[in-house]
Amino acid sequence: MKYQSQKVALIYMLTALALFAVQVTMGLVIGWIYVDPNFLSELLPFNIARMLHTNSLVVWLITGFFGAAYFLVPEEAERELHSVKLAYIQLAILVLGTAGVVVTYLFNLFEGNFLLGKEGREFLEQPLWVKAGIVVAALIFLFNITMTVLKGRKTAITNILLLGLWGLALLFLFAFYNPGNLALDKQYWWYVVHLWVEGVWELIMASILAYLMLKLTGVDREIVEKWLYVIVAAALFSGILGTGHHYYWIGTPGYWQWIGSIFSSLEVIPFFAMMAFAFVMVWKGRRDHPNKAALLWSLGCATLAFFGAGVWGFLHTLHGVNYYTHGTQITAAHGHLAFFGAYVALNLAIMSYAMPILKGRDPYNQVLNMASFWLMSGGMVFMTFTLTFAGTVQTHLQRVMGEYFMDVQEQLWVFYVMRFGSGVAVVLGCLLFIYALLAPRKEIIAQGVAAE
Amino acid sequence: MSEHLPELIAPEPPSVLDELPGDLMMWVLIVSELLVFGAGLAAFLGARIFDPEGFAAAQDALHRTGAGINTLVLVTSGFFAALGVRMAEAGRKAATRGWLAAASALGVVFLIVKFVEYADKARHGIGIETHPFYTFYYLLTGFHAAHVVAGIVILGLVSIRCVPRTVEVGAAFWHMVDLVWVLLFPVIYLLR
Repeated sequence: MKYQSQKVALIYMLTALALFAVQVTMGLVIGWIYVDPNFLSELLPFNIARMLHTNSLVVWLITGFFGAAYFLVPEEAERELHSVKLAYIQLAILVLGTAGVVVTYLFNLFEGNFLLGKEGREFLEQPLWVKAGIVVAALIFLFNITMTVLKGRKTAITNILLLGLWGLALLFLFAFYNPGNLALDKQYWWYVVHLWVEGVWELIMASILAYLMLKLTGVDREIVEKWLYVIVAAALFSGILGTGHHYYWIGTPGYWQWIGSIFSSLEVIPFFAMMAFAFVMVWKGRRDHPNKAALLWSLGCATLAFFGAGVWGFLHTLHGVNYYTHGTQITAAHGHLAFFGAYVALNLAIMSYAMPILKGRDPYNQVLNMASFWLMSGGMVFMTFTLTFAGTVQTHLQRVMGEYFMDVQEQLWVFYVMRFGSGVAVVLGCLLFIYALLAPRKEIIAQGVAAE
Repeated sequence: MSEHLPELIAPEPPSVLDELPGDLMMWVLIVSELLVFGAGLAAFLGARIFDPEGFAAAQDALHRTGAGINTLVLVTSGFFAALGVRMAEAGRKAATRGWLAAASALGVVFLIVKFVEYADKARHGIGIETHPFYTFYYLLTGFHAAHVVAGIVILGLVSIRCVPRTVEVGAAFWHMVDLVWVLLFPVIYLLR
């Protein structure tokens, strides 16, 4: 650790990991509800558990991004953070908001209250006061990071990271605009949801991945930057108008079917480029970095993002296909592998790299960490295949043969059992990962080079 | 930190990408644009298979002459932009700016003809939802016209400093706009 203020990243990463555990546990609960639909139906209804599953995912990923930014920006800018205190205040606001969300959802507090009650839009259910808190926290964060970068060295990595983080915060403002017209509601809703995960988050992903490649492979910064710019250009070129692939059936004009199909088909390109980038850098790099687990997660991230976001996204993005598959388990298959590959694995990669440095020790438990990679990724890939088969059967029975939704669900039961099994593997992998990072056991893989 | 061991890494051999005129990022953009317009034309031809008569009837309402004139206008303006690059390489800034301005002026002529065409369609009540043919017509030519506007802005921007490299970048974009039109024109206006 070169700069003392990088230390704030540690508490962010620990918070993210705790929420990660909550998220996958909730996933296990709703996975079991699919198998046994009345499980916990009084205590924790499916819709509440699902809300917690998706909301905690987004919150922990963003908390991880914040942590990653606090870790890498001082090193890139070659100076201490503008303010350590602001970083802690920001985290306190985020934790308070998260706790408020969980309690509000679980007990359905203040139902209907415009300020305190939950709002009805999927993924944006947070009560208004929490949304306001998120904006305040984001402003504090952006101020802190931007000041650090402005006063220090500016690199392509920090520029792209800042662009992504500013975009993330600004696009969230659309969460406050909720028109009564349902088509318009959905149109703006996607400005947050799509332009996050298929727009600005990709910039954050590319810049963090570029940082990891720079550190782990030792390839020249100039080469890393060239790749980074190409990836980011391809992501924005395809991703912005790619929003059209959500506008097929929500009441927007028909031409969106063509705009959406064509541009979103190209969204596979930046993900392919990121995968190619990661592997080419490893081949070119001569550095034998001792943190093999971080490298494994980085390569796994780029690969699974290409398949989950790129290939599985393309699978159902053409409107002729989506007409049949929309909202089936195909979507769930894509959603799971895309989020896991692109953003979960990315966070776990930077954590694997940063945590030993933040704790000032060698990268312990490399083998356990790598085992957790294979357990989690194997579980996630198995889940993706299971849900893809379930979705194919569902599409045929429900959309082609016209059978009733619940009749079809009954026939998908065996797939849901298998999905639950893969979910168990993911949860075990998650716990193993946390243990591998936190348990202070000695295990030297490569000799000599201290990871600082 | 092992980062400070640059001597371990062999110097990078020059890449073929370095031989591209202008800037790599412009070529990334050009390839992306060609993919989008190519996919759009392919989709147009695909949709046409299912309704050849409807597409032919809709096509008859287009101004073939106007579009033909526009083709000449745009190809000529591409030639002017190429002359601009040659002047820039010779270090003649005033001549460069003149040729780039001439190219932009023809771009404006193109847009005026295009506007007359759109206005005529609107007068006849033909909109983007009238027929699948017109959905593609408006999307493809509309996107292209937007690129003509962007191209005029870019040519203006590269005229400011007027150094060979940036003029090359601007002209490359302009030639792409030109090329896309040369592909759109026969497929949308002429193909029977």
